[in-house]
Amino acid sequence: MLIVRGLSKAYGAADRQQVIRNLDFDLAPGDYVAIMGESGIGKSTLLNLVAGLDVPDAGTIAIGGTEVSSLDDRGRTLFRRRDIGFVFQAFHLLPRLSIAQNIGLPLSLLGVPACEAATRVGAMLERLRLSDRADDLPRTLSSGQMQRIAIGRALIHRPRLVLADEPTGNLDPDNAALVLDLLRDEIKASNAAAMLVTHSHAAAATAQRTLIFTSSGLSPQ
Amino acid sequence: MKMIARYATLPTLALAADAWNANRGRLLLSVVGVALGVALGVAVHLINGSAVGEFNAAARQLSGDADLSIRGPLGGFDESIYPRIAAMPEVDVASPAIELDLRIPGKRAVHLLAVDPFQALRIQPRLFGDRMMDMQRFLDPDAILLSRAAADGLGASAGERITVQAGTTSFTMTIVAVLAVDASSQRIAYADIATAQWRLGRLGSIDRIDLRLAPGADRRAVSARIASMLPPGVHVSGVDAEAQDAVAMTRAYRINLDMLALVALFTGSFLVFATQALTILQRRAEIAVLRVLGVTRGGIVRILVAESALVGAIGAALGIAIGSGLAWVALTRFGGDLGAGYFSGVAIPLRWDPWVVALYFALGIGASVAGCLLPARNAAAEPPAPALKAADVTETMASRRPAWPGLALLIIAGPLSMIPAVDDLPLGGYAAVAAVLSGALWLVPFVSERLLAWLPGVRNAVALVAIQQLRGVNNQLGISIAAIVVSFSLMAAMLIMIGSFRGSLERWLDDILPADVYMRAGGAGQSGFIDPVALEQIAALPSVDQWSAVRVREIRVAADQLPLTVLARDMNRALPAAIRGVERNAPPSNLPPAWITEAAADLHGWKPGSVIELPLGNARVSFAVAGIWRDYTRQNGAVLIDRARYLEATGDVRVNDVWIWLRSGKSPATLTAEVDAAFGGAGLVDIRDAATIRRFSLTMFDRTFAVTYVLEGVAVIIGLFGISVGFSSQVLARRGEFGVLRYIGVTRGQIAMLLAIEGLIAGIVGIVYGLVTGGAISVLLVHVINRQSFHWSMDMHVPVGALLALSAVLVVAATVTAVASGRQAMTGQPIAAVKDDW
Repeated sequence: MLIVRGLSKAYGAADRQQVIRNLDFDLAPGDYVAIMGESGIGKSTLLNLVAGLDVPDAGTIAIGGTEVSSLDDRGRTLFRRRDIGFVFQAFHLLPRLSIAQNIGLPLSLLGVPACEAATRVGAMLERLRLSDRADDLPRTLSSGQMQRIAIGRALIHRPRLVLADEPTGNLDPDNAALVLDLLRDEIKASNAAAMLVTHSHAAAATAQRTLIFTSSGLSPQ
Repeated sequence: MKMIARYATLPTLALAADAWNANRGRLLLSVVGVALGVALGVAVHLINGSAVGEFNAAARQLSGDADLSIRGPLGGFDESIYPRIAAMPEVDVASPAIELDLRIPGKRAVHLLAVDPFQALRIQPRLFGDRMMDMQRFLDPDAILLSRAAADGLGASAGERITVQAGTTSFTMTIVAVLAVDASSQRIAYADIATAQWRLGRLGSIDRIDLRLAPGADRRAVSARIASMLPPGVHVSGVDAEAQDAVAMTRAYRINLDMLALVALFTGSFLVFATQALTILQRRAEIAVLRVLGVTRGGIVRILVAESALVGAIGAALGIAIGSGLAWVALTRFGGDLGAGYFSGVAIPLRWDPWVVALYFALGIGASVAGCLLPARNAAAEPPAPALKAADVTETMASRRPAWPGLALLIIAGPLSMIPAVDDLPLGGYAAVAAVLSGALWLVPFVSERLLAWLPGVRNAVALVAIQQLRGVNNQLGISIAAIVVSFSLMAAMLIMIGSFRGSLERWLDDILPADVYMRAGGAGQSGFIDPVALEQIAALPSVDQWSAVRVREIRVAADQLPLTVLARDMNRALPAAIRGVERNAPPSNLPPAWITEAAADLHGWKPGSVIELPLGNARVSFAVAGIWRDYTRQNGAVLIDRARYLEATGDVRVNDVWIWLRSGKSPATLTAEVDAAFGGAGLVDIRDAATIRRFSLTMFDRTFAVTYVLEGVAVIIGLFGISVGFSSQVLARRGEFGVLRYIGVTRGQIAMLLAIEGLIAGIVGIVYGLVTGGAISVLLVHVINRQSFHWSMDMHVPVGALLALSAVLVVAATVTAVASGRQAMTGQPIAAVKDDW
C-alpha cells in the first residue's frame, strides 16, 4: 500500500544536513507500525514526506498506486484530504467547531452527502463513547477526550494511511492507554495502514511491529 | 527582581525591533496616523495664532499707543460727537478715522484708513513707517497712499492714478507714495479723512475715534464717561477689541477644526492599538519568557508603553514638521482663515508658537500611549505558562468584559446632546459624539456576536469553519470589525452631515432667491452703494418690472457682542416663504415686525414675540420678533426689517442691493447692458441672476467640503488597515488551525476562500453597525454641533446612493484585504504551523 524507494532528504543551503538517505520502506494495508528513534533523527521528516507536506530530494513515495512525490501542491493536498488521516500530539481540534463538526470535517471536505455524513459521525461518536457531547465545543473536553475526537476525525473518511505523531505525548498514562487502544482498534476496523511515531515503548507496543529509525535507515527492533 | 526587569528591557527592545521590522508598513501607518492628527492640530493653531497675532499687530500698528477706541456701526456714526470727545480734559489726543473697503473696478478691494494725519501721527508716529513725505501732498483732495502689499496687488506705483468707486460712480485718485515693506504688511491704503468724507459720500460721519488719554487719567472712569456721551450703537473699548472680534468670529471654525484634529489623533491612537495588538501577539512567547524570568506585569506594560511612546514621538515630530509646512502653505495660499473670509485682505506671516508645538507633541505621544494601553495590559495579564505553548490565541472578546460600560456610554450620549452650548461651544455635542463612538466600539463584540448569530447553518466545510470562527468573535476579528465601525461610522456621519447641509442649502437657495436678478453696488462697509437717484434710474430701466431694495448695515447691539447685520428691505414684494413661513410663531404686536436669523436668536437670546431694540440712527428703535429664519450666510446673526421703518429711524436713503423681477421676455443680459449704459461702464454694479448665485453658492460649498473626500479616503485606509491588522493577527493566532486544515486536505484556494468569507461577513457586520453608529453621530453633528457652533439648522438628508456605493466599495475592499492579509496562511508551510507537535 505504501511503497517508499530511495528516499533522500537534506536541509540547509550551504552546509546541507542529510536527514534521510536512500530509504526503502513498505507498508501493506492493515499494517500498523511504530517508529522509534532519537530526537532529530528524521522521524518527523519522514512523516512529512509520506504525507506530501514536504518533497523529497530523491526517491519516490507511492500510496495505493499514486506516486505522491510527483504530485503538485494542490494534488498532494487533495490526496491528503482523501487518503490520509492525521493524529497530532496537541490534538489540533478546531476550537469554534463542535465535536461532531470537528469529526465530520473531512467528510464535508470530500462532499459526502449530509445524511450519510451524519450517520457516519454518529456511529463514530458511539464508538468514541462521546455521543452525548456531540454539540459541545472542544474546550469543554478533557485531554483524553480531545484526542479521541482527533482519532475520530483522522479515521472518519476511511483513509488508506493514518499518520500519528506522539498521540499520547500530552496525556496521562491511563488516558494514553485508552487512546492507544482506540487508535489500534479503529485502524484495524478500517483496514488502514498506520505509522505511529513515538518515544514511548508502551505506545510502540500497541503496534504490530516497531521499527527503529537510525542514521542508516529503518530497522526492526 | 528589579535588576532582571531593568536588564530585560534591552533584549525586549531588540525583540520589539524584530516585531516592528516585520510590520514596517503598519508601523509606518501608525506613525502617519499620529502625524496626521498632530499636523492638523498644529496647522490649525499656527494658522490661527499667526492670523490673530498679525491682526493684533496690524491693529496696534494703526492705533499706535492709543488707550481707547470708539467704534460704531459699519457705515459710520455722526461725527458731531468728535469735538465733544476731543475737548474732554482727560483726552490727550483724539484721532478720528474712516475705515472701509475701497472698491476698485476690475480689481480686488483695498482696505482704506482715512485719518486726520496731524492727530493720527501723534498717536502712531510710525503710521507711515519711516517714510518722510510732503504732508501737503497727502492732504491733496485726490491723494491716496498705498502699502507695498496694496500697490503690488493693484499693480500700481507712486505717481500713477487709480480709479475708485463711490456709490455707483467712479473717480480717480493719485498715488502720492508707496510705503516701504516694513511699514505695513497689510493690503491697505491711507487717505486724508476730509478727502474720504468728500469723495466717498461720507460727509458728516466717521467710523472710529482712537484716543490717547492724558497722563494720570483713570481709563475706566474716562471710558464710562465717554460711554454715557455716545449715541446708541456706538461703543468705547480697548484698542484690541477688533482683534478680539476676529478671534471670536473664527472661534467656532477653529474649534471644529481642533475637533477634527482630535478625531485624527484618535484614529492614530487606534492604528497604534491595532498594530501593537498584532506585534504583541507575535511576541507572545517572548513576553511569556520574560515573565517567567521575573519581569513584573508592570514591567511588561512599561516596556510596551515606552515603545508606543517612541512611535508617538516620531509621529508627533513628523506631524509638527508637516503641520508647520501646511500652516505656511495655507497662510501663503489661502490666508489666515483658510479662505473662510474672516481675515480677508490681511497678509499673514507664519508665527511659530513653541507652546502649541509642545502641546501637540505631548498629545501625539499621549494618543500613541493610549492606543497601546489595552493590548499592553492584556499582554501583561496573560499567564506565562499557556503563552509559552504553541496553542492558538483566539480568545472570545465578549467573554472578557461586561457590556454595561458601552451601554452606559450610549445612554449618556442622550443627555449630553441636550446640554446647551457652553460659552458658544457645543461641548455637550462633542462629548455625546465621543460617548456614541466609544460606546459603539466597546459593544463591538456583543453586537457582532448577535448579528453573526443570525448567520445560517451551512454544510460546506470551508464556509462552516469561517462562520463558526466568526460567531466566536475573537479579539482579532473584533479589531477588524472595530476598524470598519470607526472608519465607516465617521464616513457615514460625514456624508450624512454634508448631504444634509447641501440639501438644506439647496432648498434654502431655491426659496431665498425669489427675484430674477440681484444687483449690488457694494456690501456693508464698502465704498459702493446705490443712492436714490441711481435707484430711480434702475427702476426706470426697460427690463425692470418690479424691484425691491435692501440696505445692509452692521450694528452692535452691545459693546461685547459681534456685529449684527441689519437687512432693511422694501416690503412691496412678499418675503420669501423661508422667512414668511414662520410668522405664525409670533404673537401679535403693535410694534413693527423684525425677522431674525437663527444665529441672532441664539446669540442674543431672542425668540418670536420678543421685543428687541436696535440702535438705528441716533436712537434705539423697538421691534417685535415676528419669526426666526434660516440663514446660511451670516454667522453672527441678521435682522430683517421694513426699509420704510429704517428710513424713518435713520434717514439713510442709500441701499446696497436691489432685487429685480424682469419684464416678460427680458433677460439678465439685457438688464446688464442697460445698467452698463446707465452707469457709464461695467464693474460698478454686480449683477447676478438667481441661477448663477445658486450655482456659485453650491460650487463654493462643494469646494469647501472637498477636503472631506480626502478625509473619507483616510477613513477607508483606516478601515482597511484595521482589517489588515485584524486578519494578519487572525492568521497568526490561528496558525495551528490553518496548518491542520492544510494537513487534512484544505487547499490554499480554500483557505483564501475561508478568509474571504470571514472578511466579507466581517465587512458587512462592520458596515451595518458603522452605519447605525454613523447615523447617530450624524444626528448629533446636524442637530447639536452645527447648530450650536454656527447657529444654523438643517434638515436631515441621507445620501442613500453614496452610502450604498461606499458600503459596496468597503465590503469588497474588506474581502480583498482579508485575503491579502491572510496570504501567510496560504503560502506558509503547514508543517511550520504545527511544528511543535509533529
